[in-house]
Parts: sequence; structure tokens; C-alpha cells
Amino acid sequence: MIAGILSLIGAAVCLVLGLVFPWMKVPIIVGLSYGLAALGVAVLMRAGQVSFGHAMYSCVAGYTVAFLSRAYPALDGLLLVLAGIVAALVAGAIIGLFVVRYREIFFGMLNLALSMVLYSVLGKFYEITGGTDGLRLERPPFAGLRLDRPGYETALLVTALLASLALGTLVQRYFGSAAGEALAGIKTNETRLEYLGMSARRILWNGYMISAGLCGLAGALVVLLQGLVTPELGYWVRSGEFVFIAILGGSAHALGAFIGAVVFQVIQLVGTMLLAGTWKMLLGATLIIVILVAPTGITGVLPIKRWSRSRERKLSLQPVTGKS
Amino acid sequence: MELVRTENLCLAFGGIVVADNINFSLQEGERLAVIGANGAGKTTFINIVTGYLRARSGRIFFSGTDVTKMPPRGIVHLGLGRSFQLPQLFLQHTVRQCLELAAVGRIGSLPLLKSLSASVDQSEIDHTLEVTGLAARGEEMASALGEGERKLLDIAMALVLRPKLLIMDEPTSGVASEEKHEIMATIMSALAERKVTSWFVEHDVDVVTRHATRVAAWISGRIAADGKPEQVFADPEIRRQVLGTH
Repeated sequence: MIAGILSLIGAAVCLVLGLVFPWMKVPIIVGLSYGLAALGVAVLMRAGQVSFGHAMYSCVAGYTVAFLSRAYPALDGLLLVLAGIVAALVAGAIIGLFVVRYREIFFGMLNLALSMVLYSVLGKFYEITGGTDGLRLERPPFAGLRLDRPGYETALLVTALLASLALGTLVQRYFGSAAGEALAGIKTNETRLEYLGMSARRILWNGYMISAGLCGLAGALVVLLQGLVTPELGYWVRSGEFVFIAILGGSAHALGAFIGAVVFQVIQLVGTMLLAGTWKMLLGATLIIVILVAPTGITGVLPIKRWSRSRERKLSLQPVTGKS
Repeated sequence: MELVRTENLCLAFGGIVVADNINFSLQEGERLAVIGANGAGKTTFINIVTGYLRARSGRIFFSGTDVTKMPPRGIVHLGLGRSFQLPQLFLQHTVRQCLELAAVGRIGSLPLLKSLSASVDQSEIDHTLEVTGLAARGEEMASALGEGERKLLDIAMALVLRPKLLIMDEPTSGVASEEKHEIMATIMSALAERKVTSWFVEHDVDVVTRHATRVAAWISGRIAADGKPEQVFADPEIRRQVLGTH
């Protein structure tokens, strides 16, 4: 409940900031897309797995948006986002079949390797992908409307906010669901899951698909915002940023990914202003502090974790207290 | 009715034979105790029967179905539950959540958005907590339990699966001797209530004679003796090699 109120307040603040200071629309949309992608990474972290290659799904979605938009310029922006998510889901389903057989460092490095294969392929096939220059796309109609640049950015901002609110809520419900708790069971005892009649691979594959879809949405939004897609969208550094944000925010609550994204954006903004070329030092220092002081991330130390826990506990106690 | 049958089961790790042409059968309603020195192959045999290890040759049947090449989860769905020598728990979940996960495992569907607690019959969870003596610890984290309670939770999770057969690997190991009988009494009473056939590995002769209807003694990957407890314990070879007495 409190997390929900916080999310609504956060969304309202973002909207107001975007409307009052139009220049802030772009960083807010980018921040939300980072939050969505980090949420995807956080899903896998619940299972104790860290992917260093999930930017590839943003990339797959981004190129899908670009190819479709260039082939069908009249295609609506919302449909392009949907197509990007579907492409990421399909890619996640196929790649997931392979990578969910591995755990820990092997899981992380396989994802990294596959993302770098995609990065290289996109860079080499110049005639199709535009190489490292990437592909440009015209501003598409959005929700059936032909919008000017400010209107288009506002529409993207509202879409990103609504998607973040809806998906954040759904992912949080997933965390507390049977499937989500079984996913968390992979982290502590995969053998027991098998001896309870469940397939750990299947459970992780479902989580992997969800994470791929979230990263796909993030990529589609960024590409529509920038009007450009390059292989950089799938570069390993971006995957690392998703992991950074997910660790910073923690995987105890879906809100953590967005809190992490805000902190990341603030560090990036303040760091580039104060430290110019060495701002990444600030990122590294922050990560070290978080790991030392709050290894479970911001949501691991904020009362938000306790709120959701106490609520879950109340819910699980209801049948018992109802009897007395 | 025959629950388990193995035919010419063989397995070796390198040059060490851990299952030496084992022909074994377990009937419904039996309470089988498996005894044997460390390294005799008791746990390995359980691992083969429950699908954790693959036999080099031979066949395994559970409830009439050939399960030789089946993964553990497939055998579990046929009605085989298992607990472990080192309890296999979800240490970052509460005791109740561990049982709830077991319940959704039995149901076989994992809802994506419905909460775990709402996905299962809570009265069944409460009852299982009650019969295994864990009712007071339901809302605590599994990691907070003592060794004996961990063993009970491990067995409780297997019980929620409503198995026809429950295999328990050393259910009282690591537990203080004064607690052993209490734990075994709790387990056996829970099994009797649900009419579950049991097979347990145990080193304590007193526990075996009190709770088993049949004893199988393992020596070097083979069954050296199999029968009623008093018959097996009267065998001088078993007394010498397994019990270390004369």
C-alpha cells in the first residue's frame, strides 16, 4: 500500500517535472527505461542469477522498432513498442532455453557472450543494420495522432510512466506469487524444488522471459525517443549499468529498480557536472559503498521492505486468525 | 501392493561399486529401516531410486511404472516423497512458505500473479504444521530453526506432497539422542495418520527396533540381510560388520 502510494507520488512528480521543465522529459524517459530494464535484471537476481548481457534484449526490441518503422512509416508508436516487446520475448524464449541450463558465473558470462555476438553482427552487417552508425527512424504517429516534438515526448513520458506503474505493480505481485516464490527458491535450494515436483529450469525460463520483455520495452522506448538505434544499445557496458541499477535498488521490491535508476541518473548528472571525464569514479565509489553498507540494495534497508513483508505476513495469517 | 522394485541395479564410481546388482522390493504399508556402515551405499541407492543418480544398468519401478530414466520431479508426481540427510529447505522463506511451495509443487501449477498463500489450502498447511510439531514456528524463517526442527520441516515438505512412499535419509542424524525418539515418534505418527509407507536410513538400533517392521542391511553396495528386525539383528555377520558388536 505504502509502496503503491510512493510509486504514484513518484510518477506524479515525474509528470509535473516533465511538463514544467520540458528539457527534463528526455532524462526522465531514459531513467524510466533504465528502471524497467533493471527491473528485468532484478527478476533474475531473485533467483540468484546475474545477467551481464540483458541489454541485448533492449537492442533486439530497438532494431525491431527501427526496421518496422522504416518499412511502415505510418505504423503507430504504441504498436512499435508492442512489436519490440514481442521480439524481445521471442528472443528471450529461444536464448532462455539454452542459458537457463547454467548458473551463476556461467549464466552471467553466457548472456554477456551472446550480447557481444549480437553487438558484433549488428556492427558488421552494414547494408542491413547501418553498422555502427545504426538506423534512423522518423517520428511515428502516436496513439493515432501526428504529434510535434514536445507533444511526442509528452506522449512517450506518459506511456513510460503508465508502463512503469503497471509493470512495477505486476512484477511485485509476481514476486509474491507461487511462481515468484519458486523463482526465489532457485537461489536457496534448486534440489528441493525438483523434489517438490517442480522444474527449476522451467521456472527460471519463465523469469527469463519476463526479464527479456522488460528490457525489450526499455529498448523500444529509448529508440522511439531518440529516433535512432545503434549497436551501442546492446553493448556490455549498458548491461552492466542495468546490473548496477538493480544492485543499487535491490531486488526486495519492484520499486527498487526505479529508485536505483533515479540514483543512477542523479549520480550521472552530478558527476558529469562536477567531475567531468572521471564521473564514473563516482559510480564505482557508490557501488562499493552500497555493497559494503547495504548489500541487499536500497530496498533492503528502507522500511519499504518491512512494509511489504508485514503486509504479506498479515495476508498469509488471515486464514489462521479468521478461525479464532 | 508393490511400491518399489529394482531389477539388477548396478552403479560404480570409478572402481568402487556402490550398487552391486540390487534386486529389491518394497510393499505398501511397510516401514523399512536401512542400516549399514558409512559408505555402504545406502544413500546412493536412495539417490538412484529417486532419480538423482542414473544406474549403469538395471531397472527401477515405482508403483508399477518404469522410472529408470525419469527425473526426480516425474517420480515425485507418481507419489514418492523424500527427505535428506542434510535438510533441503528454502532458508530465505518462512516455515509456512516452505510448505506452501510444497503444496503448489503437488498441484503442479504455478500462478504468475496469485499470491503463494492464496494458491494453496491453508487448512492443509496448518494441519501439517500441527502434526509435525512445527505449528509454533510457522511464521519464522526456515534458517532460524534448530537441527531437529529442520529435519521435521524437510519431512513436512515431503508430506505435503501426499506421497505413497516417503524415503527419509537419516531423519535423526545430528539430533541429540534424547530428541531422537521424540522426533521419530512425531514423524511416524504423521505417517501413520496419512497411511504413508516409509523407508528410512538409520544408525540407531533402538530407533530401528522401535519403529521398523522390516530391516535391510547394506554392506559394500549390496543387501547383506533383509527381514524382520529381530532376524536381521540376530545375524552374527550383520552384528559384526554393520553394528560393530559380537
